[in-house]
Amino acid sequence: MGRVKVLIPTPLRQYAGNQDVLEVSADDVRAAMGALVREFDQLRRHLYNDEGKLRNFVNVYVNEEDIRYLQKEATPVHDGDTISIVPSIAGGSLSAMDLLAARRKDALSPQEIKRYSRHLILPEVGMAGQLKLKRSSALVVGAGGLGNPLTTYLAAAGVGRIGIVDFDVIDLTNLQRQVAYTTKDIGRPKLEVLKERLQGLNPHLDVQTYATRLTSENALDILKDYDVVIDGTDNFPTRYLVNDASVLLGKPNVYGSIFRFEGQASVFWASKGPCYRCLYAEPPPPGLVPSCAEGGVLGVLPGIIGSVQAIEALKILLGKGDVLVGRLLVFDAMRMRFRELKLRKSPDCPVCGPNPTVKELIDYEEFCGLRGPGERVSEEYQITVQALKDTIENDGHVVLLDVREPMEWEIARLEDAVLMPVAQVAARVNELSTADDIVVYCKSGIRSARITNFLRELGFRKVKNLVGGIDAWAEFIDPDMPTY
Amino acid sequence: MADVRSIEDHAREAYPEECCGFLLGTLGEPKAVRATRRAANVAPEDRPRRYAIDPRELLAADREASRAGQEILGFYHSHPDHPARPSDFDLGHAAWPGYSYVILSIVDRNPNDLRAWLMDSERRSVQAETLSIIGE
Repeated sequence: MGRVKVLIPTPLRQYAGNQDVLEVSADDVRAAMGALVREFDQLRRHLYNDEGKLRNFVNVYVNEEDIRYLQKEATPVHDGDTISIVPSIAGGSLSAMDLLAARRKDALSPQEIKRYSRHLILPEVGMAGQLKLKRSSALVVGAGGLGNPLTTYLAAAGVGRIGIVDFDVIDLTNLQRQVAYTTKDIGRPKLEVLKERLQGLNPHLDVQTYATRLTSENALDILKDYDVVIDGTDNFPTRYLVNDASVLLGKPNVYGSIFRFEGQASVFWASKGPCYRCLYAEPPPPGLVPSCAEGGVLGVLPGIIGSVQAIEALKILLGKGDVLVGRLLVFDAMRMRFRELKLRKSPDCPVCGPNPTVKELIDYEEFCGLRGPGERVSEEYQITVQALKDTIENDGHVVLLDVREPMEWEIARLEDAVLMPVAQVAARVNELSTADDIVVYCKSGIRSARITNFLRELGFRKVKNLVGGIDAWAEFIDPDMPTY
Repeated sequence: MADVRSIEDHAREAYPEECCGFLLGTLGEPKAVRATRRAANVAPEDRPRRYAIDPRELLAADREASRAGQEILGFYHSHPDHPARPSDFDLGHAAWPGYSYVILSIVDRNPNDLRAWLMDSERRSVQAETLSIIGE
């Protein structure tokens, strides 16, 4: 038996004879509290619930320790110990009902009803439709120009679970079109910033992020848990991968792509219409279709196409309207015109046709020729930026052949270079001499590799490809050179 | 009004999360709040909509208040972009009869409305309460 002090918090003193400290004799906390409520019966209902258990909102400390981390009510007490009854102080602006309802998938809380009121009064959406959205899920591949408006609108619309796949960090060149990011976000992972933004926009949602490149190994696993897949990627290998994985899993794939002033959108859904492979069975030869990094893109364009994709995704999830299945929407910003092309399911489609040859995911980099011979230049026909600099400084005569586009040339170029865009090389090859040492360069070394191989096949022996292109030159040799 | 200002400043700094703290002073009719003391919001999740005060901090604040001849009269917290009314959650989790609960509604970082609430001893309802807040 120890003689212990019990400290009573202000709100309970009125039930304890207005005393702030009481003394009791006890072996453990349970006995001490028992002695207390025997003496002051009114305290009982404030400390214990109807089952005789300590209320959740009552914390008990022995000296400085919470009894939950000791032996709970069996925590022994000794002479001179102090037991403190500490009321739990917590709360918040969202009502418990709201919180519960937000977690429940079969009802909308009053907060949600207000938030989605403009949807709820649309007969095509209504309560039933909004609940459908709440219970549905969408996977967005890419957190870039298309992914920004896409995820923002889906989150605002109340799609209950949104997954995003991306592995990139925010770069200054992104901000011209990726409007979810701000200047101070540069250098941070896109997923981290986007998730914060989406949760700020709509705290009711579950935002799941996959900080990885989508690959043949992980694609089926990631996509399988979502109702709709939305393709916001910017490269062919991932586009074919997303298509094939969606076909294999039977999911609708909301496609969008942008280039310069033109955008496209469609819904590839093998059970209802064509897939991307019906449209393009094979990827274009590498280098033929420049990426946005090479060809440029109007910053607003992904806003339009991403919004079209968001609308299509919502229609699919709601089961309403005429979805863009079997139709390719082509948007031309310069003429400000939307056109529509009919797409047909190809009977020879290697993935969704009646006799498919692609029954599992393949190596898409190889399929798109990115590791093919076109881009492979043997060691002896490569030159690093450092070696090129040394050659120039040692007065070695070298012809610098710039195979980029004129707009790229205007941004930055190597001194004394000759501009000959990829498409012109074949026609202007007579301007070059096989006697010269030629170094071919582009932005990153891909387009120039193709040209290097092309020239070698024509009999140029002294031609080399600049590894890493003008980007590498800016990074390692001339930090003042603007990059793009 | 120094203490109202200090609650407003705290709410502004914490926005969009909820802030919380102690009201210290002396009992009486009305209760006289003579000082406020900030508390860390230790709610494990969703702090824009939730607050919780660490019981240890409450213990420490109680001890210091007694030393200064004051008492913890109650608590303040902010409701970012919500009215200065107790929510169901407040009633379920935070309402101790005898403690005063001051709620500051803050909209877009601008203090909007400040109200004090008291729960009846039957734990059935809350009533608006008049507090005297005295800057010292």
